[in-house]
Amino acid sequence: MGERSTMPLIEVANLGVRLNTSRGPAQAVRGVSFALKRGETLGLVGESGCGKSVTALSLMGLLPDSAVVTGSIKLDGGELAGLSDADYCRLRGNRISMIFQEPMTALNPMHTIGHQVAEPLRRHKKYSASQARRETIALLDRVGLPDPARRVDAYPHQFSGGQRQRVTIAMALACEPDLLIADEPTTALDVTIQGQILDLIADLVEERGMSMILISHDLGVIAENVQRMMVMYGGTIIESGPTDEVFRRMGHPYTQGLFRARPKLGARKGTRLTTISGTVPELADLPSGCTFADRCPLVIEQCRAALPPMVDVGPGHFVRCIRTDVSMAERVGALTA
Amino acid sequence: MSVFVLRRLLTLLATLVGASVIIFLVLDALPGNAAQMLMGADASPDAVRALTVKLGLDQPLAVRYLQWIKGLLVGDLGNSYVYGTPVASLIAERLVLTIPLAMMSMLITVTLALSAGIYTAANHNKLGDVGVMSLTQVGIALPNFWFAILLVLLFSVRLQWLSAGGFPGWEDGIWIGIKSLLLPAVSLAVVQAAILARVTRSAVLEVLREDFVRTARAKGLGKREVLWKHVLRNAMIPVMTVMGLQFANLLAGTIVIENVFYLPGLGRLIFQSIANRDLIVVRNCVMLLATMVVIVNFVVDVLYAFVDPRIKVHDL
Repeated sequence: MGERSTMPLIEVANLGVRLNTSRGPAQAVRGVSFALKRGETLGLVGESGCGKSVTALSLMGLLPDSAVVTGSIKLDGGELAGLSDADYCRLRGNRISMIFQEPMTALNPMHTIGHQVAEPLRRHKKYSASQARRETIALLDRVGLPDPARRVDAYPHQFSGGQRQRVTIAMALACEPDLLIADEPTTALDVTIQGQILDLIADLVEERGMSMILISHDLGVIAENVQRMMVMYGGTIIESGPTDEVFRRMGHPYTQGLFRARPKLGARKGTRLTTISGTVPELADLPSGCTFADRCPLVIEQCRAALPPMVDVGPGHFVRCIRTDVSMAERVGALTA
Repeated sequence: MSVFVLRRLLTLLATLVGASVIIFLVLDALPGNAAQMLMGADASPDAVRALTVKLGLDQPLAVRYLQWIKGLLVGDLGNSYVYGTPVASLIAERLVLTIPLAMMSMLITVTLALSAGIYTAANHNKLGDVGVMSLTQVGIALPNFWFAILLVLLFSVRLQWLSAGGFPGWEDGIWIGIKSLLLPAVSLAVVQAAILARVTRSAVLEVLREDFVRTARAKGLGKREVLWKHVLRNAMIPVMTVMGLQFANLLAGTIVIENVFYLPGLGRLIFQSIANRDLIVVRNCVMLLATMVVIVNFVVDVLYAFVDPRIKVHDL
């Protein structure tokens, strides 16, 4: 028991994922390492195509068959990389669950929501139909779906986007997983609903002592919902640390750019939004040096030579940049911006 | 639900009325006088005229049409010009063969097509997929009467397992009847199955790309389970649509195939009646085929609503 509590729930070491795309093979993720303790929450931030969803899917073992995964993913010390699909099926929806971005398409239109929420219960917990139904109604009630006893037999098209996301949350939580991966769970929802859904997820994570990996491109969502965060760019982690610490002293020019680029309320009308110039590099032909070099305001010749190492810049705070002396002297962060 | 069915029923009726008008007009516009045909080229004009009156062919178009429809409604289809017997019993005799033939053929089509379509989709881009899809390509290109002759050569002439044609009726036992319909049913089914297999494959592949498939996998369902429990039902709508359309093709195919195998079915009756200018039989047979096609498509429409819960709401 003592060992179990100190051992990280999930431990990812030097994860690499190579995908076959229409433009040839692409190293979507490289050298990603992190550990997550039981009950801990971790945020994964970055633009589309930075590798955050691919990282999540590799934890779920749901990458396309053609993907090549290297490195190690351990759940409670047990290796997941290279696990057979049958063995992985016993973990998915049971010990590791995932909530997806698009509640409108994430549910099967042909089955009632009750049937879909009950599926993991019947499968993993071997519940009888009536047991599963009772538990499903309780779960739907817990995620705040109104009138669950009646609505349990309704079909997805009879619900709004926010309600459907509540259903997928109920589905993911049905078997009380150890780890919940939420991939942009509120991106497709109305702003007014976003907060409710995030609060619901936070409450449930707290209540059930789950670990959570929250994926978002929204720094605000990350700041409010997770204890630790990682910023990804071009398939690698470029900054990681406790959320407060990272927001206090952002070290990587990319993180700083991301922070400056967020739209601000109360800005004068006509003010142009700040952007990071250039575009995300194609994963099919990544530069050999720092992946951000082409867009970085602080770039020097050395940056393009080799991928910079992770530099320790504070308690648990790491930045993959060789120019932190300059970037962090500017002290860009929530406190100063 | 009932509103949905009611509206489809109205469409069905309108289609049948339209079909009856077209069938009547087209057959009426055919050159040649039935009475003249029946009596031969040497018949005296008076005799021909007398027969024309007797058959009611001297009446105006609209009157004759309404008489026909009135007869249809009470089940009186008139008498065959050639045989003199009631058309209704003539058709009934033939349906005993053609309906089982069509059903067997549809069953073979669906069995072959669904298994091939699901197999190839599940093994997308693998050797089995490419192999089966090449076979369906060949299947689509096969004329069914030619394929029927090949089947006869193999199973009747070479192996002598099945008879090359004819139909002994159902009196000697169901199995004997089925055996004599097997080759015709297979020849009708092959082309259809090839098309339907390709439709099934692409429908399944499309559904496999949907987000809810990933959700189901994330719940811990295996690939096969996801395919059976989540994908197939979603893929059935396009498959059912094509099946409904294929039923019409199938009936048209029986006209050719029943002739290849000397089967006394509806198709052969139509063929012979056209040759004999027995237009009253032709007209009623074609109307019957049209009705069967329309009813099958109505059933398909209603089945949509059973398969897809979204349809009821959208159409109410």
